[in-house]
Amino acid sequence: MHASEPREAAPRPIRRIWGPPPAVPKEPVEPPARKAAVSLLLLTVLVIATCGLVYELLASTLASFVLGDAVTQYSTVIGVYLSAMGLGAWLSRYVNEAVARTFVDVEISVALVGGLSAPVLFFAFAHLSWFRLALYLVVLVIGALVGMEIPLLLRILRERFEFRDLVARVLTVDYLGALVGSLAFPIFFVPKLGLVRTSLVIGAINAAVAITSTSLLRGSLRSVTGLRVRAGIVLGVLIAGIVAADRLTLLAEDGMYADEIVYAKQTPYQRIVITRGKGSFQLFLSGNLQFSSADEYRYHEALVWPAVSVRARDGLPTRDVLVLGGGDGLAVRELLRVPELLRVTLVDLDPAMTRLARTMPLLRAQNEGAFDDPRVHVETADAYVWLSDPVNAAKRYDLVVADFPDPNHYALGKLYTTRIYRWMREHLSGGGVLVVQSTSPLFARRSYWCIARTIQAAGLAVAPYHALVPSFGEWGFVLAREGALEAPTTLAPSTRPRRALDDASLRALFVLGPDMGAEPVEINRLDNQVLVHYYEEDWRKYL
Amino acid sequence: MSGPSRRELLTTLLGASAALAACRKPPTRPAGELLAPDLERAHRLVRDGAPFPREGVREERTRVAVVGGGPAGLSAAWRLVRGGLDGVDDVRVLELEAVVGGTSRSGECDVTRYPWGAHYVPVPVREARALATLLDELGVVEGRARDGSPIIAEGVLCRAPEERLFHRGLWYEGLYLYDGASHDDLAQLRRFREAIGAWARVRDAKGRRAFVTPISHASDDVASGELDGRSMRAWMDERGFTSPRLRWLVDYGCRDDYGLSSEETSAWAGVFYFAARLGETGRSAPLMTWPEGNGRLVRHLAGVAGARLRTGWIVRNVVIRGEREVAVEGWDAAGAPVRVVAERAIVATPRYVARRIVPALAEAIAREPGAASDEALAFDYGAWVVANLHLRDRPSARGCPFAWDNVLFDSPSLGYVVATHQTGLDHGATVWTWYYALTQPGREARERLLSATREEWADVALADLGRAHSDLGGLVERVDVFRWGHAMVRPRVGAGAARRRRDGARSSGPVHLAHTDLSGVALFEEAQDHGVRAAEEVLDALGVRSPSMR
Ligand SMILES: Cc1cc2nc3c(=O)[nH]c(=O)nc-3n(C[C@H](O)[C@H](O)[C@H](O)COP(=O)(O)OP(=O)(O)OC[C@H]3O[C@@H](n4cnc5c(N)ncnc54)[C@H](O)[C@@H]3O)c2cc1C
Repeated sequence: MHASEPREAAPRPIRRIWGPPPAVPKEPVEPPARKAAVSLLLLTVLVIATCGLVYELLASTLASFVLGDAVTQYSTVIGVYLSAMGLGAWLSRYVNEAVARTFVDVEISVALVGGLSAPVLFFAFAHLSWFRLALYLVVLVIGALVGMEIPLLLRILRERFEFRDLVARVLTVDYLGALVGSLAFPIFFVPKLGLVRTSLVIGAINAAVAITSTSLLRGSLRSVTGLRVRAGIVLGVLIAGIVAADRLTLLAEDGMYADEIVYAKQTPYQRIVITRGKGSFQLFLSGNLQFSSADEYRYHEALVWPAVSVRARDGLPTRDVLVLGGGDGLAVRELLRVPELLRVTLVDLDPAMTRLARTMPLLRAQNEGAFDDPRVHVETADAYVWLSDPVNAAKRYDLVVADFPDPNHYALGKLYTTRIYRWMREHLSGGGVLVVQSTSPLFARRSYWCIARTIQAAGLAVAPYHALVPSFGEWGFVLAREGALEAPTTLAPSTRPRRALDDASLRALFVLGPDMGAEPVEINRLDNQVLVHYYEEDWRKYL
Repeated sequence: MSGPSRRELLTTLLGASAALAACRKPPTRPAGELLAPDLERAHRLVRDGAPFPREGVREERTRVAVVGGGPAGLSAAWRLVRGGLDGVDDVRVLELEAVVGGTSRSGECDVTRYPWGAHYVPVPVREARALATLLDELGVVEGRARDGSPIIAEGVLCRAPEERLFHRGLWYEGLYLYDGASHDDLAQLRRFREAIGAWARVRDAKGRRAFVTPISHASDDVASGELDGRSMRAWMDERGFTSPRLRWLVDYGCRDDYGLSSEETSAWAGVFYFAARLGETGRSAPLMTWPEGNGRLVRHLAGVAGARLRTGWIVRNVVIRGEREVAVEGWDAAGAPVRVVAERAIVATPRYVARRIVPALAEAIAREPGAASDEALAFDYGAWVVANLHLRDRPSARGCPFAWDNVLFDSPSLGYVVATHQTGLDHGATVWTWYYALTQPGREARERLLSATREEWADVALADLGRAHSDLGGLVERVDVFRWGHAMVRPRVGAGAARRRRDGARSSGPVHLAHTDLSGVALFEEAQDHGVRAAEEVLDALGVRSPSMR
């Protein structure tokens, strides 16, 4: 370190001429303290280099989580980031005065933008249609700011080192920081903290660097109060973010899902989680898988077309449909392909779910913007309460689709009782059909047959059927209507080609193997709720 | 109310540990209203014996005057109207309060209706024919079972889970604490059920059951004597029912249905609580409930009475003027003195009121030896507090998610009932009805009841429930409190015999008495049965032919 000592004494012409005179003549700095200051500045380089690399990895990882196609995301994000760093380096030449102050300001800005990058990008992903633009914009800004850091620091340290020594030391530490970041990211940050918390923590570290460098660069700074206040505010925001991060994704929850959580929200009714795996994404409600984009078409084609085909066989159009549950809009999307359809009324409990299905690009793409179709009307209510409301008593539908989550507790169990099926029956027009998602006839055989028998007990003829949905397994449905009911044999026409169904596979849905055959069960009534108990017992064997 | 006095109050009413826990947190003080029967007017005019003026009295005529618009009085009017006395001027119901229903009244807010007293009735057994007829009118009877009892629509049968129990930080489904029960506990529970089942199967020579509601259908020679003379607690001791959980269950049952501990409840009433609910199948009859509790039944009956109903009327004297004329004197809602002259009168007020307003009854009690002490034993009243908690949202809870009736094992309160349970509103705002029975002797119970203000009772309710729901305080928007001074008649040891000795005093000339008190237990079916009986006596006396509903 002694090599820098002669340089320390050199006068600083710019400051002397343009700056105000120093208020107090500087006392000679004690060598050990000076030595420590230099080490600390180099440590600063190490830390900011680590942070810079982590931001880059964060953006790439996040982009590949939410958009898939990791190769493209990593290449483009790294490309944009590195070129933005070049841009930052170039911009640094326009910083003429107050280099140290600018450096601290850059640190504060990196802390803010970088620290909030993951939460902001997750939010953008959930709510903006121009997510990619937001992504590259954020990457550009962080890259440019990070790009300014080293050139500015070099200039600050210039006075303390010989040039040769300076470049060697700073770049060594810089690359070392990159190594630390690249190792810590996959080993510690992602598995232990997840993306959102990592981003906030790294931002907080950057803000802390900004605060310590105000002391380290005390001599080159006119006043530090403003900088410290700003840095303090940013640090406060990020710490608040870390505290609030549980609302975005629960630390414990990350381990529950096979794939990365890209969206999580606790509503008063349930916890909505979207995960992103290789080439597909999944929606979970309170921990239960609702669909996987890879195979939901199998589920929703099976949910909608047998019922529509029964009506078509009898020469009846399916014009007015009531969907209960199904706030993801996928059943509605399928229904909108019925050529003669005039109107779909969707009743869902959770406004957050329907809003998400309407606005989140990922979901919108999957439901094809179903909620924007003028034929679709959304009502926010508990389906049980909606059906019991005298205001709705006179409404009749050609088809009622009951697409509720599985009956794993009493508040959901009431949606599978004779009472509610009687109401549904009353809401059917002449020849109207009811279809009910009925959990798995294989894994939850008694639950499945309990639902089928309960519908029968409500005075409807039933036709049980099933479909294979790989992400769920064997899945069950019950078709029902007044009078006699025979399974459909020809598929009703659609405005779009079906992927899972044709006439032959439609007929096959109605064949249940012996391991899914009927079992003796009690009827699920409001005052006994046996289904909730069956369901719990049935699934206990598998979980 | 601060520091020590708050702690003292909570300690007295909830016990030391609950008080300690509650006093660690500052009390939340939600707004609210204090409700009570219109004591002031009633006391001034009835208890303190305000004289009825001799002049300036308006006179009205009707064929039958019914005094009291609770379930008994409304059922009497309903029976008269259904029996053919359906002219608007044939029947007049005079009710003291501004609202009808008595201890079965209910309230209403934007979110839901809710009970202020009675909250359920079990599905009627075959014998309860009048109740089945009433339910038929409500459109909830779907058919008849093989034993003749009505099949009730699912929507009014209490939705499962019916009840849950809070014990050491967790909620458990059901009222019996199975968690941690030993072999012996379970064996005793089984034996207890068998003992009750045996009583439920008893039939006398005429095929009548020993325990049934309405009690008028029960055998009068079996059971009663031996069971009436000892306490439920003694009965349990004699049979070796020592299991603490079983004793808790039985004690809870006595407090819940009668407002008495098991030491003071007669064994007849204790067994009745369990056995009268067992139908022919041996299964406990399911409960029927509505958001406003039995207020739903009251609403229907009041609808039938319609323009025959007069609220805000205080009846002071029911004077017999001969075999075919009775004068019902009192003040109307505007405070003007009125004399309603009728051919017959049905007095459907509680016994302690009937004694004051029917001179013939008071005279008989004064005349007959032992009558006064029999009256005191047979018609002893407990005090109750009912608090309605208006919640913005549901608090958190661990264990069994929710139930209609929610009971705390370690609490002298009776827990709370959720008004929106039956309507399926499982999220967001709701109303909880919290019950607390003061089991002390009548006068002491009433003093305690009145010594605490609305704010204090609200604090007690919140401290009580706060043990099971730590985040409750922030969710409660208001707490309305009802102080019931004479909430219900209590079946004490020996009360049955005393009551039977007083049974003769059910009618006197043109005056007929009707009230649940006459059965010695406070139940809708009993109130209705007495109302219907009195109405049928009247129809008979007036020569109106109508097949009996009982
Ligand atoms: C907290 C509580 C909970 C209960 N829960 C249940 C339950 O769940 N199920 C159940 O079956 N029962 C329950 N009960 C008992 C139930 O309320 C009674 O069984 C029923 O209301 C009795 O009806 P009634 O008509 O005999 O008497 P009341 O309800 O006492 O009605 C008597 C009426 O007479 C009126 N009156 C009194 N004096 C006069 C006067 N001088 N002039 C004019 N009118 C007068 C009163 O205002 C009142 O309206 C409960 C009671 C309480 C207090």
